[in-house]
Amino acid sequence: MNITEKILARASGKDKVKPGEIIEAAVDLALIHEKAGPGFFKNFEKLETEIWNKEKVVVVGDHAVPPSNIYSANCILETRNFVRKHGLKNYYLGKGICHQIMSEEGYVKPGLTIVGADSHTVTQGAFGAFATAVGSTEMAWIFAKGNLWFRIPEALKFNLEGPLQDMVFGKDLILKIFGMIGIDGATYKTMEFEGSAIEELSIDSRMCLCNMVVDAGAKNGIISPDEKTLDYLKNKTDSPGEVEKSDPDTNYAKVFNLDVSQLEPQIACPHSMDNVKNARDVKDVKIDQAFIGTCTGGRMEDLRAAANFLKNNKVHPDVMLVVTPASNKIYKQAMDEGIITTLIDAGAMITNSNCGACGGGGMGVLGENEVCVSTGPRNSQGRMGHTSANIYLASAATTAASAIKGKITDPREID
Amino acid sequence: MEEKIKGRIWKFGGNINTDVITPGKYENLPLDEMSQYCLEPVDANFAKNIQENDILVAGENFGCGSAREIAPMALKHLKVGAIIAKSYARTFFRNAIAIGLPVLISKDAVSLCSPGDVLEIDLKQSKIKNLSTETNISIDPIDDDIFQILLKGGIFSAIK
Repeated sequence: MNITEKILARASGKDKVKPGEIIEAAVDLALIHEKAGPGFFKNFEKLETEIWNKEKVVVVGDHAVPPSNIYSANCILETRNFVRKHGLKNYYLGKGICHQIMSEEGYVKPGLTIVGADSHTVTQGAFGAFATAVGSTEMAWIFAKGNLWFRIPEALKFNLEGPLQDMVFGKDLILKIFGMIGIDGATYKTMEFEGSAIEELSIDSRMCLCNMVVDAGAKNGIISPDEKTLDYLKNKTDSPGEVEKSDPDTNYAKVFNLDVSQLEPQIACPHSMDNVKNARDVKDVKIDQAFIGTCTGGRMEDLRAAANFLKNNKVHPDVMLVVTPASNKIYKQAMDEGIITTLIDAGAMITNSNCGACGGGGMGVLGENEVCVSTGPRNSQGRMGHTSANIYLASAATTAASAIKGKITDPREID
Repeated sequence: MEEKIKGRIWKFGGNINTDVITPGKYENLPLDEMSQYCLEPVDANFAKNIQENDILVAGENFGCGSAREIAPMALKHLKVGAIIAKSYARTFFRNAIAIGLPVLISKDAVSLCSPGDVLEIDLKQSKIKNLSTETNISIDPIDDDIFQILLKGGIFSAIK
């Protein structure tokens, strides 16, 4: 069995599972945020049932905090009332993006089955957990019963061999893969990552890699835990979890053996995550906004990469650079390292930790025909604002380099 | 929900994502207002002209993107009768069934349907007929468990 099959077998009390099999899995952690589904919290009350296990539920207010309109305010109000009524302790409002909270606050552990009412729940696969998304009605089912049916997914294996070039991050790897397999290239499947390039990646980059698998249609992305994973979790969790590795004789639907040692900084062009090019081949594209943030690209590695360029450079006068740290802990760490001061002095706007401009709800909405380069996960048409706006996706290094030059720029061109 | 659905066809391409179905710039509106902008980036008049039981026919990977249930909810709110696509994103497919919106899989529907044609879907028999062209369209059989969920209007009533 592969690592995903081993986790789901354990979660469903079976010795062995195989692709296509339907199982009922016990859920170890259930995650929901304030905008997961209109009426979710009120609807759950209509069931007149108790939450199956209050310790295993994590509730986060992150999408529109603080709210900029009455609807968003009401979403937070409903969330808070629900948390109070049920006495839920695992509640975070305005502390950061839910997928960052899950790892930073020690919820994720290797081997857990994690279900969230947000597509980017898959981020936690970076720690060797099975993590996937459902909608809010199925989340109500989990809240009541603590289990859910799953189909065991076929698996795609990506062996990525480095060493990686300078200025190449997890974002560049996943964009390269999107360019190869397309945005439906992994539909219903698991994407498993291994190889020297993965070992080399920071935890932040691994989270970015797993975060984006859903946008190739994958059910989950997963990396087997190593020393780096256990080091990261050591002071955050009370137990090390169940470290699983795929058996050597595992059958995969397809194996991709990729030499990524020559990979250059990548960029996804409008309006699809698989419209991927080398950043240096996208010439003369002037930008209006640069956005560094989100559950994909708002972590320490991203902020450090941006500050590294911006300590000796200014944001181009025609560009608005918006920086949204993925959590308050990241925000504070960035303050301690002087990064926030560097970014402000270079001309960036810093916002509080939330989902920000990514979903078009606020904190950097794009106007007519505006062009934005973003560290976020999606560049679908109209996602960040006006339907005519163009969104490019890249690493924080490429995004910061572009903010300095005022046009899409390969980060290796900045001194 | 009825076992048979009869409605006019609306055709869409492949990879219709959740940001197109329910654009983010309207995420701060309540469902009834937001649904008025459903599919706006690809057809600005969709919400205005959709009629009860109309049927969406689309290509591969319908509903890719976000797991938020607002996308199928908005279509259901507009009283869309069913969606027939070549394939679906996993979360959209699960969410649609969970709220009782029929999501059918057909490799042929795109080539055998034109906008405005009238289709009749027999969910129990897993059969579709294009009444305008008198053509039968093959679909993947609907699993009996899913059929029962659709009849009940979703899984919500089964949670206790």
